[in-house]
Amino acid sequence: MLGETAHATDKESLRQALGLHLPIHSQLLNYLQRLIQFDLGTSIHSGRAITDIFLERFPATVELGLGATIVALTLAFPLGILSAIRQKTLIDFSAMTFALAGVSIPNFWLGPMLIMVGSLWLGWFPVSGRDGVLSLILPALTLGTAMAAILSRMIRSAVLEVIHEDYIRTAQAKGLTESRTIIRHALRNAMLPVMTLLGLQLGSLLSGAVITETVFAWPGIGSLMIEAIQQRDYPIVQAAILCISLIYIGVNLLTDILYAWLDPRIRIRDAS
Amino acid sequence: MIRLWLPLILLCIWCLLALLGSTFSLAPNHIDLTNILSQPSTDVWFGHDELGRSISDRLIIGAQTSFLVAIFVILFSSLVGTILGIAGAFWGGWIDHLLTRIIDVFLAFPGILLAITLAGIMGPGIKNVVLALTCVGWVGYARLARAQVLTIKKTDHVTAARALGATSSRIMIYHLLPLLSAPLIVEMSFGIAGIVVAEAGLSFLGLGVQPPDASWGSMIRDGTRYMLVAPHVVIAPGVALMLVVLAVNILGDWMRDWLDVKNIRHM
Repeated sequence: MLGETAHATDKESLRQALGLHLPIHSQLLNYLQRLIQFDLGTSIHSGRAITDIFLERFPATVELGLGATIVALTLAFPLGILSAIRQKTLIDFSAMTFALAGVSIPNFWLGPMLIMVGSLWLGWFPVSGRDGVLSLILPALTLGTAMAAILSRMIRSAVLEVIHEDYIRTAQAKGLTESRTIIRHALRNAMLPVMTLLGLQLGSLLSGAVITETVFAWPGIGSLMIEAIQQRDYPIVQAAILCISLIYIGVNLLTDILYAWLDPRIRIRDAS
Repeated sequence: MIRLWLPLILLCIWCLLALLGSTFSLAPNHIDLTNILSQPSTDVWFGHDELGRSISDRLIIGAQTSFLVAIFVILFSSLVGTILGIAGAFWGGWIDHLLTRIIDVFLAFPGILLAITLAGIMGPGIKNVVLALTCVGWVGYARLARAQVLTIKKTDHVTAARALGATSSRIMIYHLLPLLSAPLIVEMSFGIAGIVVAEAGLSFLGLGVQPPDASWGSMIRDGTRYMLVAPHVVIAPGVALMLVVLAVNILGDWMRDWLDVKNIRHM
């Protein structure tokens, strides 16, 4: 930070300022103490409080995450269900080809391709940055497609598993329409494994956000982290990782709670 | 069966280019300023990049990079993970407790994020990429091996081996490991796809292979700046990457189904 030719006194005063002269255990203790008070330290590069920087950047990441989840869900459910009930038809085949391609195209390539088509050729969307709803569409598509691909495969196999159960035949026998059978009877029972995967996928959504935000210069936590790594701004890197893993753990906890809500069997077993 | 040929051929091309690439007379770093961003033609199939370097030559070097990283990461992480997983499940007790705690800590992070962090802290370079991806990758093998051994170690053939006086290491190598190989191979085959994408992703972020060395990820990153005038600079490495990952995924799917079917038939 001070350069190669820095004076020993300057180096020493920087060490003092950053608290590096203290023994490791008291450094850790200090860090944890400040963490409890939601003080994540200050950025080495800009000298601003990291909590402030985070509050500025966080909404963008949440927006992107929500956008991508909406894209993923609206793509995955119709595709997964359709390919399950029309198994081994052209619909099934093309949906699963899409899924395989979606898993195999990395988002740091899909992003530039979408920019090329959507911004440069068609001119419908801005190339990068965060400016209104239009600018959200391409990043959300980039991030959501991979998730949609994995989810639709999962939904397909989950629906296929329950579709031959007796209660589906009962539902059909008592004259329910196909859509009602699928939505009320098949889908609700197929939701459990899908929920687990959705919870896990939100984790990879976060790490995908790091790359997607970099591609689209989207001002979120992910691009903040990459900038910080490049500037060797370690307090920010540390705080960003802490933040992302906390969200990850939180989402997984939420999945477990949702589980109990979705599946009465878990609730009853735990209550008794 | 026919749909397996295409991915197999693709993978063979990838391996051959990676292994034999250095025997071709390539000039991936040769700068030719008269050919900056020139379009693909019949002579030069993939055109030239922003410094007039041949994209096809750089693609071959990129194939080499991704292949080497994939092989080493798979090798190291499956070795470390399997040994730790088997040891933990076999001996149990505090070793197993410690192992599961460590696995839990690693699983608390999304994998690629941990790799990005490690690569960021250790500094860029291909060795650090291998190290970072191994640090992330071993957990999957450890968890898989541990879960399998926990069920296998109670079976009769292990008890019989122990009654015959076989040592712990002999039981692990001859009586447990062969039964683990099928799920481990499936995990490895999907692992390759993940590692190829992760390496390219790290290089895309500037944390992987450093210039002038080529990686498909860094080629995409450099190419995005010139996308407007020369889309082929981004398209070529992206298609290469996608084809390899697609091929590995198709073969992985097939292998998983095939091994599953065999298990059912045995039962």
